[in-house]
Amino acid sequence: MYSEKVMDHFTNPRNVGEIENADGVGQVGNLKCGDIMKVYLKIENDIITDVKFKTFGCGAAVATSSMATELIKGKTVEEASKLTNKAVLEALDGLPPVKVHCSVLAEEAIAAAIKDYKEKQGHDVSDMQICQGCCGKCGESRE
Amino acid sequence: MERKLIYVDHAATTYIKPEVLGAMQPYLTELFGNPSSIYYLGRESKKAIDEARSQTAYFLGAHPQEIYFTGSGTEADNWAIKGVAYANRKKGKHIITSAIEHHAVLEPVEFLRKEGFEVTYLPVDENGLINPAELEKAIRPDTTLVSIMYANNEIGTIQPIKELAEIARKKGVIFHTDAVQAIGNISVNVKDLGIDLLSMSAHKFYGPKGIGCLYVRKGVKLDGFMHGGAQERKKRAGTENVSGIVGMAAALKMAYENLDEYNEHLKKLSKRLIEKVFDRIPYVRLNGDRDNRLPGNVNFSFEFIEGESLLLMLDMKGIQASSGSACTSGSLDPSHVLLAIGLPHEIAHGSLRITFGEKNTEEEVDYIVDCIEETVEKLRQMSPLYEDFIRKNKS
Repeated sequence: MYSEKVMDHFTNPRNVGEIENADGVGQVGNLKCGDIMKVYLKIENDIITDVKFKTFGCGAAVATSSMATELIKGKTVEEASKLTNKAVLEALDGLPPVKVHCSVLAEEAIAAAIKDYKEKQGHDVSDMQICQGCCGKCGESRE
Repeated sequence: MERKLIYVDHAATTYIKPEVLGAMQPYLTELFGNPSSIYYLGRESKKAIDEARSQTAYFLGAHPQEIYFTGSGTEADNWAIKGVAYANRKKGKHIITSAIEHHAVLEPVEFLRKEGFEVTYLPVDENGLINPAELEKAIRPDTTLVSIMYANNEIGTIQPIKELAEIARKKGVIFHTDAVQAIGNISVNVKDLGIDLLSMSAHKFYGPKGIGCLYVRKGVKLDGFMHGGAQERKKRAGTENVSGIVGMAAALKMAYENLDEYNEHLKKLSKRLIEKVFDRIPYVRLNGDRDNRLPGNVNFSFEFIEGESLLLMLDMKGIQASSGSACTSGSLDPSHVLLAIGLPHEIAHGSLRITFGEKNTEEEVDYIVDCIEETVEKLRQMSPLYEDFIRKNKS
């Protein structure tokens, strides 16, 4: 049911862990839907120099966390904030339809970490909306 | 390279025993006649079905005329529920079932609800047991059917069926039990239990897939299920699955003849697994009743981790097991059974079901424990919930 890339990122997830004194930390998801992602960012001169994650969730949740963190490593904050779940999906050669929400969660986890970073920097972040990834209001059709 | 496989999902299905396959083979090849044909080949098939029916009836404690062959356990459940509900609807349109039934019962009941029937779902306690007093309270003058599973497919809890059936009988309500997980694992005798209908499925006890059976006590009003030819006393039309019927009877015979020994074997493995896991892995719970449970069923919840991830990693180590996690069900909710016994969502998500069979060994149990320990640790290291928990404990 999962592509080889998904299985690769699930079996050998990249960037698992925590960053002490991270510049931005974001957590999304909830226990009810069974997926929680937490992303830590280390940012120097507007560049994401390090990123780590911890995820409670299914194989797809782990794989999307791993891939999403790989995709933003070394990028500017601006570039990272443009990461879409579609890009994560494509990089993983797709996910089964019931698992697409996991890629949304990965996008949101990174957005939440960036929001936290910007807030710490003193920016106004009141217009940055973070979804929890599984309320289903978007019909889980976001791609 | 041959893949090392340890199959511990016998509640999902089993392989066919060689003796069972041997009994089936003639009816797949040279003795292929249609049982409805009057010539020799037809008569041979008819004879095989009659013998299988007698044998099935004998082991269940039923009369051969009370045995109806079906295409699956699901079909038997559907037939029992819809058949009784419609045949008795002049008496009333109220059905009682439980919160932890298999979908093969819950879905036909839901279908009837949409058709205007009323349904009461009996709750279960934290071990998955139904309180007979709750059934007594729930029965109304317009109740026509009570359907309670014999043993639960996920957590293995065995219900006090005899007691429940007696309550229904006293009130003149028809009692059905889905015994798909029970038959072949524990001794079941329909007359001792005093039940009216029972569903079973051959592939759960080393018989073939695609064959099941519904026991219907003489005198129970039940509509036919398939309309067509005169097979199964005009109740279930369709050319009989002769080899399947023969295989199910052969498998049932083997199961009943080795029941005590098989039970001991399964209990030994389950006990070893439970003890070792509790010994070596913290933050784990055993789901289901400790005593009233299927001998080969073990259902754990590991805190802070998610079941599908656990299953995938165990699969890579060759272990074929099951989970009640949402991610394995195709929905966002974890198993209705685990929620019904009161588990919070996050703990229900981290469940693992191991169901042993005849070929499993103690060495395999030890290997499984090693793999579970390693995998749970790995997933916990990856889990933000575990991180929070450890942090809270430190402070």
